Amino acid sequence: MSPGSPLHRALRHKSFLIGAALSLLLILTALVSLVWTPWPVTEIAMTRKLQDPSAAHWLGTDHLGRDVLSRIMWGARNSIAVGFVAVTLGMAAGVALGLWAAARRGWADELISRMSDLVFAFPAVLTAILITTVFGPSATNAIIAIGIFNIPVFARVTRGAALSVWGREFIRAGLAIGKGPVRITFDHVLPNIGSILIVQGTIQFAVAILAEAGLSYLGLGMQPPLPSWGRMLNDAQTYMYDQPSLAIFPGIAIALSVLGLNLLGDGLRDILDPRLKVLRVG
Amino acid sequence: MLEFMLRRLFAALFTLVAASLVVFAVLEVLPGDPALVMLGMEAQPDTLAALRAELGLDRPLWVRYFAWIGDMITFDLGRSHAYKTDVATMLVNRLQVTMPLAIMAVTFAVCLGLPLGIMAAARHGKAGDYGVMMFSQAGIAVPNFWIGLLLVLVLSLGLRWFPAGGFPGWDRDFWGSLHALALPVIALGLPEAAILARIARSAMLDTMREDYVRTARAKGVAERNVLFGHVLRNALIPIVTIVGLFFAFQVGGAIIIESVFYLPGLGQLIYQSINNRDLVVIKDVVILLTVFVLAINLAIDAIYALIDPRPKIKA
Repeated sequence: MSPGSPLHRALRHKSFLIGAALSLLLILTALVSLVWTPWPVTEIAMTRKLQDPSAAHWLGTDHLGRDVLSRIMWGARNSIAVGFVAVTLGMAAGVALGLWAAARRGWADELISRMSDLVFAFPAVLTAILITTVFGPSATNAIIAIGIFNIPVFARVTRGAALSVWGREFIRAGLAIGKGPVRITFDHVLPNIGSILIVQGTIQFAVAILAEAGLSYLGLGMQPPLPSWGRMLNDAQTYMYDQPSLAIFPGIAIALSVLGLNLLGDGLRDILDPRLKVLRVG
Repeated sequence: MLEFMLRRLFAALFTLVAASLVVFAVLEVLPGDPALVMLGMEAQPDTLAALRAELGLDRPLWVRYFAWIGDMITFDLGRSHAYKTDVATMLVNRLQVTMPLAIMAVTFAVCLGLPLGIMAAARHGKAGDYGVMMFSQAGIAVPNFWIGLLLVLVLSLGLRWFPAGGFPGWDRDFWGSLHALALPVIALGLPEAAILARIARSAMLDTMREDYVRTARAKGVAERNVLFGHVLRNALIPIVTIVGLFFAFQVGGAIIIESVFYLPGLGQLIYQSINNRDLVVIKDVVILLTVFVLAINLAIDAIYALIDPRPKIKA
């Protein structure tokens, strides 16, 4: 391993390592919840409601006697699923639009820029609200809303990065040997903007988890009885006087996940290319 | 300058027209029958017919669209179906909560975040810088409504220093109202202070690497004057951008924070209108918010033109 290699830099980058560890913890928690949780997530037992943390219930129980740890583990799965699908949707559409804008310039570029302005003019929560007003609240609609918000983010970042690639020498060489814009986009532009897409994708994943938590706090995300971190905090508010710990653990889960992904994204940027221009909205 | 602003204004108008078409399509065309959405599946045929007549749903789509736009331009916002009140009156009442909340939250964020960012840049690589960066990472990761819950837990339920929610109204109890907004302002402003500290720091650091800053230092300009006279002035553009965006995002933030603290503001109105399926209110409020966000963006562009020390602006 040479001293300047990305792997070498990664292993010496403290906040990247912390971010990677936290993100790994999030993914592992979600994976474990697929096969095992300490208690069934939706099992109601009024006899043991609002209990303090104990050996049987490590993080206590909620107002219906459900195990908080199990629900937080399941919530990790929900957050990852929403974040992953929303970012994938936004990235697929946004990258395609951004590449098109950079390759065509002119009216296509202008149209895509105006469309980005349009989506940015609505805060993400409002987009979600419009969608849920018509189609009703559900995890799927939350994903669509967050995904739509992600499209212009990726379109803008891709366009900017692709434009700078289009100005480089080897593109002119490609044009000279008769390659068309589509070939150049796939052969040269896309491989050269991979770093920024990875970094932006990680940051948007964090933004998506925060957005999902907000939407499900408002009751516009995952519907009960299945748990989501935001919804758990909403339920906790009613019982905060009797059992304050209910309002603490799901918040820690959200904060650590978002912190981990943000540190991971920032670390990746430092390691891959510190000059990458990451867009921060949300 | 004038040509630049006119072009931005034209682009904003284009965005507004597109937004109005999207809102109209989503709320009036997509659901098929808006009256059915508002009343629910078990509505009686005669109530449905009455609401359809009230909303003028028998008219062709384009007539309805232009009638709506005409109403919006003359600020005739119609009546809320759920509250049986004029939407304009409700907006004025709700804004009395949300406007002060938004302005105070952004002020709080600027007063906390900007000095932290400047301090971190001035002590780049030292303990103070790391402290600010840690605060910033933590503040960005924590959802504002959770900060709200924790503040209620400690300062309202625990120490009883602040009310846990509700709003007495400015006329009835001015200081009580201000007191009621304190925790929501902190919950809304703290994550924004964290973002601002980060952006101010990196904007200052970018500027510090410029040649003219080195020249100023070489000339023997005092460090304080370098920092505030040369660096901060040129780092202002990203700072102004993000502060403008904060105002735009207050709208989304207010929906959640007003829920946490049971504040009767615009955010609560939007939230309750969804639950009431009050399409008239949602349609009007969403488009007014779009106007607001676009106006803020225009204001940011104008401020750019004013503060940018370079003579020409690229559109």
